[in-house]
Amino acid sequence: MMSRLKARVTDPQLLRALIGILVFVSLWYLFTAVLNLPRFKLIPNPIAVLKDWFSFTPASGRSIFTKVYYLDIAYSVGRTLAAFALATILGVSLGLLMGWSRTFYDFTFPIVELLRPMPPLSWIPLAILILPGVEIAVVYVTFIAAFFATVLNTLLGVFSIDKNYFLAARCLGSRPKDVFMNVIVPGSLPFIFTGLQIGMGISWMSLVAGEIIAGKQGLGYAIYEGYFLYQFEHVISYMFTLGILGYISSAAIRAAGRKLMAWEARRRGA
Amino acid sequence: MEMIQELRLKREFKKVFNIRVLRGFLSIVMFVVLWQLVVFIKVPYLENLPYPKDVAAGAADAAGSRTYWFGWGISLIRIFVGFIMAQLIGIPLGLAMGISRTFKDFTFPVFEMLRPIPPIAWIPLAILFWPTRELSIYFLVFIGAFFIIVINVIQGVSNISVSLKWAASSLGARPKHIFWRILVPGSLPSIITGMTVGMGVTWNVLIAAEMIAGQGGLGRMTWEAYTNNNIPFIVVGMVSIGVAGYLCSTLVRWLGEKAMPWKKRF
Amino acid sequence: MAAGAQNNQGEIFIKNVTKIYDPEGVHVVAMKDCSFDIAAGEFAVIVGPSGCGKTTLLNAIAGFDTITSGEIYLDGELISSRDRQIKPDVERMVVFQNGALFPWKTVMENVIYGPVVQKRMKRSEAVDAARDMLHQVGLNGIEDKYPEELSSGVQRRVEILRALINKPKVVMLDEPFRGLDAVAKTVMHEFLMDIFCESPRTMFFITHDLDEAIFLGSKVIIMTTRPAQVKKIVQVDLPWPREHHLLGSQIYLDLKREVLEAVHEEAKKAFEAGEREMA
Repeated sequence: MMSRLKARVTDPQLLRALIGILVFVSLWYLFTAVLNLPRFKLIPNPIAVLKDWFSFTPASGRSIFTKVYYLDIAYSVGRTLAAFALATILGVSLGLLMGWSRTFYDFTFPIVELLRPMPPLSWIPLAILILPGVEIAVVYVTFIAAFFATVLNTLLGVFSIDKNYFLAARCLGSRPKDVFMNVIVPGSLPFIFTGLQIGMGISWMSLVAGEIIAGKQGLGYAIYEGYFLYQFEHVISYMFTLGILGYISSAAIRAAGRKLMAWEARRRGA
Repeated sequence: MEMIQELRLKREFKKVFNIRVLRGFLSIVMFVVLWQLVVFIKVPYLENLPYPKDVAAGAADAAGSRTYWFGWGISLIRIFVGFIMAQLIGIPLGLAMGISRTFKDFTFPVFEMLRPIPPIAWIPLAILFWPTRELSIYFLVFIGAFFIIVINVIQGVSNISVSLKWAASSLGARPKHIFWRILVPGSLPSIITGMTVGMGVTWNVLIAAEMIAGQGGLGRMTWEAYTNNNIPFIVVGMVSIGVAGYLCSTLVRWLGEKAMPWKKRF
Repeated sequence: MAAGAQNNQGEIFIKNVTKIYDPEGVHVVAMKDCSFDIAAGEFAVIVGPSGCGKTTLLNAIAGFDTITSGEIYLDGELISSRDRQIKPDVERMVVFQNGALFPWKTVMENVIYGPVVQKRMKRSEAVDAARDMLHQVGLNGIEDKYPEELSSGVQRRVEILRALINKPKVVMLDEPFRGLDAVAKTVMHEFLMDIFCESPRTMFFITHDLDEAIFLGSKVIIMTTRPAQVKKIVQVDLPWPREHHLLGSQIYLDLKREVLEAVHEEAKKAFEAGEREMA
């Protein structure tokens, strides 16, 4: 136990990581607070950011000890979760259906290909205009981002399945329903999870843009507000907050993937 | 022999009446008809959509106007500057991180700290830091492609099999040769993947940046159509952005095929 | 039938089967007027030059693919002809060349898949049956492992058990032991031999390995180079169960010479044809 801890502490990789981060933060401090380089004048230094982020009485009114901070997080997370859940349910089912039925694929794929190249954020004006309420527009933009990534990867997943598994399943007496549940769904899972991972990334990005352009609350909105109110410390602390949330959500997807695809994990372990 | 004759006939028949092409065509027609119908019978909310023919008319107008094509030019320049900068800095950085364990140990954590931050959250800082709006948009586009390319290059280098390196060394290759003959071409597929994905993200970032902070460009034009309540042009703008993005991705894929003649992609 | 067929099911008649592939207008005649019979409970081994159309025939019998003309009967029932193709079912079980155990299912889930999905057994019954089978061949303790955690030899055995638990009329194996090393192969041969002698059923076994063909087969069917036809049928009258010391016996060596000569002739033709195509 002790020796493992010791190994951890003296592990050059960890040490180097700490040094790397320290150098980055020091340079940031040097450029902003000490040297006051021309373009860095307006950028807050790391100590100011940390002070503001962890202060009981932050100048911006937003720190880990204020209710607003968590309200902002709750808004953003709530929107992302709603959009992502919808994108997963619709995207996976559509992708599986397209992979399962040639006819369905022939009819739907051209439409997907027609709509897919439009960046999710180009939907913003139309979404605000047409959908009832800005809230739904923001969720829609977040949804559409993850949706196409999920559909496409699910479809690729179905196409990636070795043909022999289908033949074997038919030999063994499967009806189409059984083939769907026992070959198509598990066979495409690895690709589905890749799609979810990508979708989650684009979702967060689109959410921030949606909140900046159309939102009333949430982290993206607060970042932009901070910019207008000259509270640059919380612009940066919120950027990192978004980074942490993004990291947690993709870690959660990875964990879910490991849980659902035990066979993949064991293969990698072996 | 009549069997072969029969097969030939069957094939000719298939060529003309290819059911799959037919279905594809039908699906697009159905899409447009459905769109028309939805507006016509006033489905709640969707009734605010413009009719397809209004969009077509808007597109015809746009095609004849100089400002519209100017928008294309501005957006394309922004994409190319930001995207190419990301490749120029990202590929060497990724190669260095992939080759040197020590270098990666020092730099990767910082990289991983910044990577999950959505590129669009950089907008305020970018505007603060860069002297002109144009430069800050280049920067945002750069951020959109940068992290993706670096991650892909690192993966590409680590995927090259050790036996390839050994084979090269046993044939008497010097480090310089291993770098140029093995590491660079070996990681090329990943580089191309990274560029393709990055190109998609980059357009997304550009559109947001233009809507929020930009002057000119396709994103800005679409946003202005919204503020002027010119609904048909919103759709024209969206489609234009889609086409532009599609063209850029096709270009990247084409370059990939040119660069990797040994790997026929689908 | 030395092994003695317990049931008289699984009799296959292949009559004048022709298969023409037509990819992009280039006609490839894979099989032409191919005819032979396999008696119920017979272990038929098919050998022939690579690419000669052996797998084409297997696909036709299994119901994966159509034929251009001719007829295939299973126990008197027409299962494949120009106008008729009976879909794959549990009577005709295939073990694939590269293995097709579902990687996302454990060994146990793989083996019980057939009976459960056909609703022929309750899950618990199937588990018991599968455990018995695995136990009988000395493969216990791997029930909860995933296929890719096992060696390829064990994977193949599990796949064969997955087929056999359905009690099919015919088991078709398409070069199932390709890529296994020589030692693993002898283990597989004994495994298959035990299973076959335990409950003989019709086998349709494709291979390149002539020793394997003679060791396992009750008859060896040698195919010609493309378009595939029957070149020669060699009856193997060795006692069952076959044992490895047989491989040194005179009767075995004579059989091998006979098979080898026929195969060699065809291989040479195939090679020359290949050179002609190149030129």
